Amino acid sequence: MVNGLSLGAIYALIALGYTMVYGIIMLINFAHGDIMMVGAYIGFFSVAVLGTNIFVAMAVAMMACALLGVIIEKVAYKPLRNSTRIAALITAIGVSLFLEYTTIFFLTPNQRVYPAEAFPVTNYHVMGLTLSSKDIFVFISAVVLMIILQYIIKRTKTGKAMRAVSLDKEAAMLMGINVDKTISITFAIGSALAAAAGVMMGIYYNSINPLMGIIPGLKAFVAAVLGGIGIIPGAMVGGFLMGILETLVSGYGSSLYRDAVAFGVLIIILLIKPTGLFGKNTGEKV
Amino acid sequence: MQKTQSVKPTYFKPVQFLIEVGILVALFTLVQYLITTGLLNQYYQINLASICINIILAVSLNLINGFTGQLSLGHAGFMAVGAYASVIMTQYMELPFIVGIIMACLAAALAGFIIGVPTLRLRGDYLAIATLGFGEIIRVVLQNIDYVGGPAGIMGITKMATWPWMFASVVITLVVIVNLINSSYGRAIISVREDEIAAELMGINTTKYKVLAFVIGAMFAGLAGALYAHYFYIIKPETFNFLKSFDILVMVVLGGLGSTTGAVIAAIFITVLTAALQSFPAIRMILYAIILIIVMIYRPQGLMGNKELGRRAFGRLRGENK
Repeated sequence: MVNGLSLGAIYALIALGYTMVYGIIMLINFAHGDIMMVGAYIGFFSVAVLGTNIFVAMAVAMMACALLGVIIEKVAYKPLRNSTRIAALITAIGVSLFLEYTTIFFLTPNQRVYPAEAFPVTNYHVMGLTLSSKDIFVFISAVVLMIILQYIIKRTKTGKAMRAVSLDKEAAMLMGINVDKTISITFAIGSALAAAAGVMMGIYYNSINPLMGIIPGLKAFVAAVLGGIGIIPGAMVGGFLMGILETLVSGYGSSLYRDAVAFGVLIIILLIKPTGLFGKNTGEKV
Repeated sequence: MQKTQSVKPTYFKPVQFLIEVGILVALFTLVQYLITTGLLNQYYQINLASICINIILAVSLNLINGFTGQLSLGHAGFMAVGAYASVIMTQYMELPFIVGIIMACLAAALAGFIIGVPTLRLRGDYLAIATLGFGEIIRVVLQNIDYVGGPAGIMGITKMATWPWMFASVVITLVVIVNLINSSYGRAIISVREDEIAAELMGINTTKYKVLAFVIGAMFAGLAGALYAHYFYIIKPETFNFLKSFDILVMVVLGGLGSTTGAVIAAIFITVLTAALQSFPAIRMILYAIILIIVMIYRPQGLMGNKELGRRAFGRLRGENK
């Protein structure tokens, strides 16, 4: 259960990025999980080579990935903003493959072990539960990031612009909102959250590899759909639910079926309530 | 008295038909001769087999992605179903290869039906993720069945998929899919791609045609799986992961969403490219990725668009993919 919460916090962070990007340009950013992977690597090098502590590493990773997210958006997605959704989706798959295999090319496909000294693990016993400092760290920093995100979206001008663009792009443009800039900021924030999640993944699982982003990325996507894609609180709840569900399944059943369960959830959700738990039904415009 | 004679039904031209059959027979005999005389060494033979399998995969995925406009990312899953079904028939039950092939097609078609009926109600990106999910579920399930070797898969499969089988399979796939597309079914399928709502208003049962295309596409993926299993000796669930589906997608996108000849050419090109870059797998995938992005940005309808090479002059319905 505790494992589930911290895993869920990681999924929720990744899911937030998915949901924000989808909310604003209606694109499933397949490369999102891979941005997380890049973040994990940057964090790794920051700790292992530069010898920074884990918080600095996380900040560095977040900044670098924010930049990466903006570059990806400008190079690959912006030219496709008015084309078909299938074209955008295929491009996203292309970006995802590109990030994975560029990393493999430069850094070999081997696993790397996150340096243990970066984060000393201690176990606390509270009321019969064993809490690892890992879990506490992951959970608390994820929650802090989510609170900051909520603040940005609800209380700042940028957040207001983001909400306006996701409601109606043309109307927002007419109101004098710089749509391109807002979309870039959305990508930057989403990617930064993914990078934070990547560093947490590194701490949580102790090892990173260039293909680590795929499966968590897909699961976070499921979490975003579960909560209702495009809806920010939905993504958080969906992420936690997915994490807990996954921990329960691997606890009680075969851990090999873990990945299948995530997709099973997705398909059930899509069939029963495609708009997700928090979604509203919208009619289809002709 | 006025006689309306607007369309000449020219569906069957005996001379042209004979010429085409002649070309096919000549191609077949030539390669068969080269193999039996040993002029075509093992390396080229393997590539030839990969080309045949990839043509079947690309053409069948193109029916779903290109002609029906439903982005499916689970093609490798159907290939896996076909591969395992055929191997169970030929290796475990010791039935002839043809039974294995037929069972592979049936099993994959059934899987396509089971998956297609619920998921094809979804649109666009949701469908893509759902099919990707199903493809992965098929793989995970296979990994957990000890009867078929679990994660290790099945080894030492008798090599039964010889050149005649390969060639016949490719020809059958092409004939069935090309004729399907040029039939009234095909026109209904294309209308679903062009505008689903308009098609529905015209009285086309869109779900029926989407499922039909999906099942036929899955069936041929199963055929490709059977050939793969009986050529490369070994199958394991890991082979049929979503990266394999992406491989096929690259071929379809490169060739043109909605062009069978495009899919064939792209399948040949990608297979040759893959063989040439065998020692640099990372570079190959980076190249694929760049191909996908650049093609989508500059030519979203694929290199061939929906044009076909060859004699068919009609049926070139221009129109941007929606």
